[in-house]
Amino acid sequence: MDFGFKISPSSAVNLDNVNVEKFEQLHSVEPDVYKCMACGSCSSTCPANRFSGMSMRKVILALQRGKEKEAISMMRNCMLCGKCSMVCPRGINTRHLILSISRIYKEDGK
Amino acid sequence: MKENIVIIGGGIAGLESAARLIDLGYKPIIIEKSDHLGGHVADWNCLFPDMTPAREVVNRLIVSSADANIFLNTEISFVNKLKDSYNIMLSNGISIITKIILFTTGFSVFDASKKEEYGYGIYDQVITNRDLEHWFNTGDDKRVNNCGMNAVGFVHCVGSRDEKARNPQCSKVCCITAVKQAIELKQKFPEAMVYCFYMDLRMFGKKYEDFYIGAQRDYGIRFIRGRVSEVSENIDGRVIVKAEDTLSGKPVKVTLDLLVLMAGMVCNSDSTKVAGMVGLPLDSDGFLKSKDNVADIIDSPREGIFYAGACTGPKTVPETLAEARAAALKIHLFIKSLQ
Repeated sequence: MDFGFKISPSSAVNLDNVNVEKFEQLHSVEPDVYKCMACGSCSSTCPANRFSGMSMRKVILALQRGKEKEAISMMRNCMLCGKCSMVCPRGINTRHLILSISRIYKEDGK
Repeated sequence: MKENIVIIGGGIAGLESAARLIDLGYKPIIIEKSDHLGGHVADWNCLFPDMTPAREVVNRLIVSSADANIFLNTEISFVNKLKDSYNIMLSNGISIITKIILFTTGFSVFDASKKEEYGYGIYDQVITNRDLEHWFNTGDDKRVNNCGMNAVGFVHCVGSRDEKARNPQCSKVCCITAVKQAIELKQKFPEAMVYCFYMDLRMFGKKYEDFYIGAQRDYGIRFIRGRVSEVSENIDGRVIVKAEDTLSGKPVKVTLDLLVLMAGMVCNSDSTKVAGMVGLPLDSDGFLKSKDNVADIIDSPREGIFYAGACTGPKTVPETLAEARAAALKIHLFIKSLQ
């Protein structure tokens, strides 16, 4: 039935519908991805962050919440400078992690 | 038979254990490397959460342990294992034969200059939690500008939860210390904006959560969830702090008159040195290893050697005192078992 208006879809993250297959695949090659405590050191030190919104913290979170498109579009702005790897207090090799994400999620990211 | 009891470290754990052992009829020996008793607590001004003056706590402990044999400015040169006891050689030439050693060697404050990006020792406006307590005590620190204080920042987890600083564990007490010091600074400078840059706030103890709520509601202290990535100095000598405000997902920048680094707790290197002399193992966090971390935290894996306080990991003052009392009782029972 057409009422002439639509309710916009919920913006809530429904974890029941998140496909974690790719993230599990990522986790098996990058076990450290679960070590992120979302402190934001990587984002605040990222030279691309202020101009493009690239944030490693947000990428890791978005992938776990099933927002793969959002993550991939942020990652396009990464210049692979590796500053985030230098500052990470949990010692995550973020630069290597970015390369692994690009490989695993490549068909979505193209 | 009177047994010698050697207590290594004259901080609050050593003093409390000594006082309780004196109550039980023993005459313990305290070995302290510095020229005063009370350890780190003696350098502190007030203790959370009731703002108890640290001086009072330490003085009470010094009075109650006055009957112990106390060696100040004394270090342990070496320890020999004899058949069923230890021969401890002190730097003043005295040697002690004992079956019982109590480690109350405590912790060291993390050297904040190792985190070069925070500028401790480089910029004049950057101090540590310990420097701030020293200023509360003496009012003497050129880095603290008494008249013009518009904005102050606290950085949590400096040298704690940081694999790059080789210290991945949480130092536990800095969160509540930052809240306490933020309140104290706000009381001294009501006009100043006070910011705390944190990753997680761990308010685990009695009344800590109330203290934290008070800091927000009554003192208006701003808590920003994000780890400071770097600190720089502007042309008029104020410091610029950069972080990510992870709750809004935006980079944040603020100019401050004073930046306080909450340096964490690390194992005391002298403690590790003496532990090595008697073959005590270290735990994976770098502190001394207990026989069991749940049931036997004050027992070492070696007979006759006991621990109390922060030598086995970061602890608060009441936790340290409770362990010190427990260790005194444990030593008493151990001596009974020898007879």
